[in-house]
Amino acid sequence: MLLMPRKIVGFYVNGFRSMTLGKTLWKIILIKLIIIFVVIRLFFMPDYLNTRFKTDSERAQHVMNVITRVHVPGGKNLIP
Amino acid sequence: MLEQTGLELVNWARAQFALTAMFHWIFVPLTLGLSFLCAFFESIYVKTGKEEWRRLTRFWMRLFGINFAIGVATGIILEFEFGTNWSNYSWMVGDIFGAPLAIEGLVAFFLEATFFAVMFFGWDRVSKGFHLFSTWMVAIGSNLSALWILVANGWMQFPTGMAFNPDKARFEMQNFWDVLFSPVAVSKFTHTTSSGFLLGSLFVISVSSWYLLKGRHKDMAKKSIVVASVFGLLSALFVGFTGDEAAYTDAQKQPMKLAAFEGLWKGQENAGLVALGVLNPDKRPGDDKDPFIFEIRVPGLLSLLANRSPGSFVPGIDDLVYGNSAQGVMGADEKIKRGKVAIQQLAAYKKAQQLGDQVAAETALQKFNDYKAYLGFGYLDSPEQAVPPVGITFYSFHAMVALGTLFILIFFIFLVLTMKDRIEGQRALLLLGVLSLFLGFIASEAGWVVAEVGRQPWAIQDLLPVTVARTDINVGSVKTTFFMFLVTFTVLFIAEVGIMLKQIQIGPEGK
Repeated sequence: MLLMPRKIVGFYVNGFRSMTLGKTLWKIILIKLIIIFVVIRLFFMPDYLNTRFKTDSERAQHVMNVITRVHVPGGKNLIP
Repeated sequence: MLEQTGLELVNWARAQFALTAMFHWIFVPLTLGLSFLCAFFESIYVKTGKEEWRRLTRFWMRLFGINFAIGVATGIILEFEFGTNWSNYSWMVGDIFGAPLAIEGLVAFFLEATFFAVMFFGWDRVSKGFHLFSTWMVAIGSNLSALWILVANGWMQFPTGMAFNPDKARFEMQNFWDVLFSPVAVSKFTHTTSSGFLLGSLFVISVSSWYLLKGRHKDMAKKSIVVASVFGLLSALFVGFTGDEAAYTDAQKQPMKLAAFEGLWKGQENAGLVALGVLNPDKRPGDDKDPFIFEIRVPGLLSLLANRSPGSFVPGIDDLVYGNSAQGVMGADEKIKRGKVAIQQLAAYKKAQQLGDQVAAETALQKFNDYKAYLGFGYLDSPEQAVPPVGITFYSFHAMVALGTLFILIFFIFLVLTMKDRIEGQRALLLLGVLSLFLGFIASEAGWVVAEVGRQPWAIQDLLPVTVARTDINVGSVKTTFFMFLVTFTVLFIAEVGIMLKQIQIGPEGK
């Protein structure tokens, strides 16, 4: 029963061990993923609506306010 | 001041999105094209059993792996940008694309984690047949993983199969199949993926040409050229066919984009197609200046391509801005009036809901529904704002088409000369072969410029302009992340080129 999972794990372990160029590529991938998910996501690119509002209802209300009381460049408050 | 800040914010957010998308698009088309070429090479190896085809397959697979590894996850940054810079847009379309994109991501991940591993670790460890099957699955999976993002893009260009829910301020999917099989989505997917096949073929021809110029790995280079030029030629012809279809859907669904990339200011019957031209940079909507400093037209062809009907009327930018009642074309000026009614009724609906006045809410909603097709125009101040940047759209389109035509010739000549075993002595042609990859990238990126700049000012065609789709955040933070991405992408690009060149230098003997 355990033979198949063991074979699969062994396949991946041997594959990773025998990599040459792949090791460099994996290092690049890991550094990139850390930059993307840790640095960029956490510190620079938060999800605006998720961080500002707690519920979907609040988010909907905010977007509704934006699209009905729009301050577009050169525009004016359509509904005061 | 407020006005300038808003525009500056939108422009920086757009610049950041363009930078990320164009960087992402360096890797994606190569993945799409090279994955199938690896599958073709390996199929020949399995069929013939000849060792040189195995060596050749492993070499191109290695370059495919480098491209995949450097490019992987760069697209995720685009999703972050949606949430940070384009939160209104992101909220409004979340119901339509959130789930399919998430499912696609998971399927692609598991498909790639399984078959990618077999493709790279499985040589001599699994049977030839299963290895080949895995390579094909990677090719098919990679191409399918482009499906939903292109369908999403198609929907933004032609929003269909949805309804706006004013209680949630969201577009909600009404008909999955209408979204998936909308004519814009179909032409977007077929045109984009086939252009990736074309670029992958150019990559193989470029590297192989370099080997032939250096007198190295000549047999492998010639074998690679034959397969790549057949695949490239078929792809290039298909790209032309799907491009024609894309232009037709533009004419029907986004006539302003068609008018911009053709530099057509005044609508015409029996309109000619501009084969070559230099635009007059001083031309503005509504004036009587000549649109071109110089032009070569093919008479009547634009009418045929745009409407599938010779002699038919093709609206120009001025018709679409100011209207042309004789031809039944409503102008942006009238659409703006209707759009403002839609916004006012939406606001009235909201207010009535808050007051608990159901009768007033129902009345406002009915009126909103009458005008909702023009909603986005209500956010524009002048009809001229509905015109995209004409110059960049026009030149990008014509560069793309001219290069696409050149690629057909390149693939054909490379195929014929290689089959006749006369390719080695053709130094000038081989230099063009090396250069063709860079031309391919220019054409490929130009295609996206046409699609995206040509649909301005819309985030969602006719419904949501970019000025409303944006988040109201500090422009400084968008500038900071723009330069951060610029540095990150430049480093990654240098890494890719460096590793790729090193592997090409080593050649098929390397590991």
